[in-house]
Amino acid sequence: MALLTNCDWNTRKKHIADIDEWKKKFSVIHELAVSPDGEKISAIIKGDNDRFTPCVNGVTWPHTFEKAWSLRFGCDGRLTCLAMNDDEWTVATDDQMWEEKYDYVWNLQENRDGECIAVNIKTGGQYGVAVNDKRWENIFFEARDLAISPDGEHTAAIVQTERLDGADTVGFLEGVWSVAVDGHRWDKNFTNVWGVTFSCDSRNVAAEVRTDIRDYTIAVDGNPWNTVFRCVWEPLFNPANGDVTAPVQTERGWTLALNGTVIWDKYFNQLWHQRYNPNSQDIAAVVSPKFGKWTIAINGSPWKETFSDAVLPPVFSPDGTRVAAVIKNKGKWTIAVDGQPWDEVFDMIWNPHFSPDGSRIAAKAERGGDFFVVIDGKVGSPFEACWDPVFSPDGKKLLIRSIDDGAYYRRVCSV
Amino acid sequence: MGEPAENAVVDPGLDEQIKKLTSEKIEGVITKVLTEETAARLDVYMRTCVHCGLCAEACHYCLSHDKDPRFSPVGKVKQTLWEILRRKGKVEPEFIRECARIAFTECNVCRRCSMYCPFGIDIAYLLLVVRRICSLLGVVPQYLQDTVNSHAVTSNQMWVKQDEWIDTLQWQEEDTQDEIKDARIPLDKEGAEIMYSVIGPEPKFLAQLLGNIAFIMNVAGIDWTMPSFDGWDNSNMAMYSGDCESRARIERTHDEAAFKLKVKKIVMGECGHAFRGAVYDGPKGLGWKEPPVPLIHAIQFYYELIRDGKVKIVKKFEGPVTVQDPCNVVRGRGLGKMLRYIMRAVCEDFRDVSPRFEHNYCCGAGGGVINCGPSWKSARVKGNSVKAEQLKATGAKVIITPCHNCHSGIEDIINYYKLGMHVKFFSEILVNAMEIPEELKV
Repeated sequence: MALLTNCDWNTRKKHIADIDEWKKKFSVIHELAVSPDGEKISAIIKGDNDRFTPCVNGVTWPHTFEKAWSLRFGCDGRLTCLAMNDDEWTVATDDQMWEEKYDYVWNLQENRDGECIAVNIKTGGQYGVAVNDKRWENIFFEARDLAISPDGEHTAAIVQTERLDGADTVGFLEGVWSVAVDGHRWDKNFTNVWGVTFSCDSRNVAAEVRTDIRDYTIAVDGNPWNTVFRCVWEPLFNPANGDVTAPVQTERGWTLALNGTVIWDKYFNQLWHQRYNPNSQDIAAVVSPKFGKWTIAINGSPWKETFSDAVLPPVFSPDGTRVAAVIKNKGKWTIAVDGQPWDEVFDMIWNPHFSPDGSRIAAKAERGGDFFVVIDGKVGSPFEACWDPVFSPDGKKLLIRSIDDGAYYRRVCSV
Repeated sequence: MGEPAENAVVDPGLDEQIKKLTSEKIEGVITKVLTEETAARLDVYMRTCVHCGLCAEACHYCLSHDKDPRFSPVGKVKQTLWEILRRKGKVEPEFIRECARIAFTECNVCRRCSMYCPFGIDIAYLLLVVRRICSLLGVVPQYLQDTVNSHAVTSNQMWVKQDEWIDTLQWQEEDTQDEIKDARIPLDKEGAEIMYSVIGPEPKFLAQLLGNIAFIMNVAGIDWTMPSFDGWDNSNMAMYSGDCESRARIERTHDEAAFKLKVKKIVMGECGHAFRGAVYDGPKGLGWKEPPVPLIHAIQFYYELIRDGKVKIVKKFEGPVTVQDPCNVVRGRGLGKMLRYIMRAVCEDFRDVSPRFEHNYCCGAGGGVINCGPSWKSARVKGNSVKAEQLKATGAKVIITPCHNCHSGIEDIINYYKLGMHVKFFSEILVNAMEIPEELKV
């Protein structure tokens, strides 16, 4: 966030790079990425000798690679990609390569302030996680997915702890999967593990687990809840007290459970993507109150308005008083705020962003091949491409990162 | 009424698992399924059936066994579900094994029989209820269960690890660049028009099919992407094993990948059951009335590319060629005319099958039957002599099968009945028939 606090919120329009020139210069340009402050634009390009490297604002890194992918700017503005030379993969950040090399790296992630960069790795035919150029001490038969604690001090992955022969369905059911935190596995194995998540204080880890053919529950730090359900979805820690909630399927339908006990008195055809109000115990989630109808429920009470096609994860305003979500109704996308959809509809719309005081909502959208920034349902000028709009810390200005006539611009508008 | 002792197939998924069953456990699971899951649909079907036996004419197993009524659809229901209902769930472990053998290995749940039923009863659903009971009891053919276990862990049916998937795509991208200048398989391209998804066997055994689609997409100038993360596999063997919870999780992962990538449409490769899972049988289990992101099968995608001139056919496939109508996209979704459009567009000598379109015979591999493993292969191919006769009658030397199960199943039939034919996916002939624009040539 320091990057956005200290960035230029005064210059109204700044030309950063001429992308059409890049197209003349390089035969291959991968997908473009822009920095959170809008000051940099980058893409992996193919340069001389058919080697790949990131180009940043028109300047290529000195290091080049046989292969490179997964390019992204962190929230601290650093540029990172996964890169390979001589059949060895590693992580490269701002043209600095990690010293450690691996058979393969993937699933590049960072924590909330960008200081911790972690990847899944394969090394010597086994699997683990590497964090800021240091692999876990222990590696496993397999390690899947990756979660980083909010403070960046811990990482967790789903790990296979024992060898399983081909088609060993009995051994599978007995359980060979667990969770490893910083390379140390939980004592207990499960038939399946999914949805690993850290608590807000970074001390605890929860996951969905399957304990038998038809028994699903949540495990916290390796200890399953006492109650089992027909099915469960991803758990979430209450930011205030560390309680764990999860959508659970019972004979009456889907509802929400807290520490193993059902807490909502309403049951749904479907329930997932729960989110906590940052300032209270309120929980919003995507629900299907009737077959083929979707909406958001807050503390189990659904919005009156339902949508036919889809509702994506809810977003609370920073002050917790409002909830917005991307919705798709009758084939068109838009955003619904506190149950009311915007009048304008789109071919695609991205996640809503609240202003710091929660009074304004901005999102990127696409219609008829043009891209727009939409503020409170009002559509701005069309762009060839644009990225998510960013509110200034005081909420008075909006950063718009876009491409017009083949050039990338950084704009600051008053809202 | 069971399989003759001399032909008994050994399958630990059935033989060993029934040893763990008790009468109480069986009755409990059956009661749970019949009271909590099947609801009015089963009740209506059971009350409507007049036991006329007209469905017998529809089933390739029955036709291939000299119309032995044991192999008729209603005969399979009679030997399983009717008996379960009549005995109110008080059945023995050995009976459950017999139910599993019939429901998993002698029915492709292809739904041809529904067209021959005067009341349109979805008889496949009745056999799927039997599979559901067996699944909850842990009695599922070993190899089919293993694919479901793979799905549950990896979201793909072939235990393809996350690194193997990405590595394979990067390898196929490089291979495609040998023919198409700077060809790409764009990974995780947010906002692309199309997400292309495939089934697990493609990266595992048939990586050249990924190269084929990269070739086609790059020549046609399509704005497309593939996810580097779970959700790339659109197949769903849990749909056939009776594991409804895993089925839902698999479909959700596929949908969430499309949401994450912000694509407008999913195009899936040449697979029939995956289409059934992603388009009409799978979504309902999650609460979707329709797939939340529109999804089209490769047949429709190729049809649109050729119709709209995005790929130009310059060298048609020579020699007599015929086609397999995959049940789940032709009988299930009416893509038969589009399939013939693309066949005629790309083949000099297309010879149609009879019966065809929705009346076509199943390949015998679908519905999870081929996934039951090698020990059941003999029963599978012997149960589809009508398919061999149908294909032989076309005089074709090549059969196009726009479905993975059809591809493997018909290959087995060709070998067993010594038909002297070859099986190909449509993409294999398309890449050789289409024009490469000069500016894209290496």
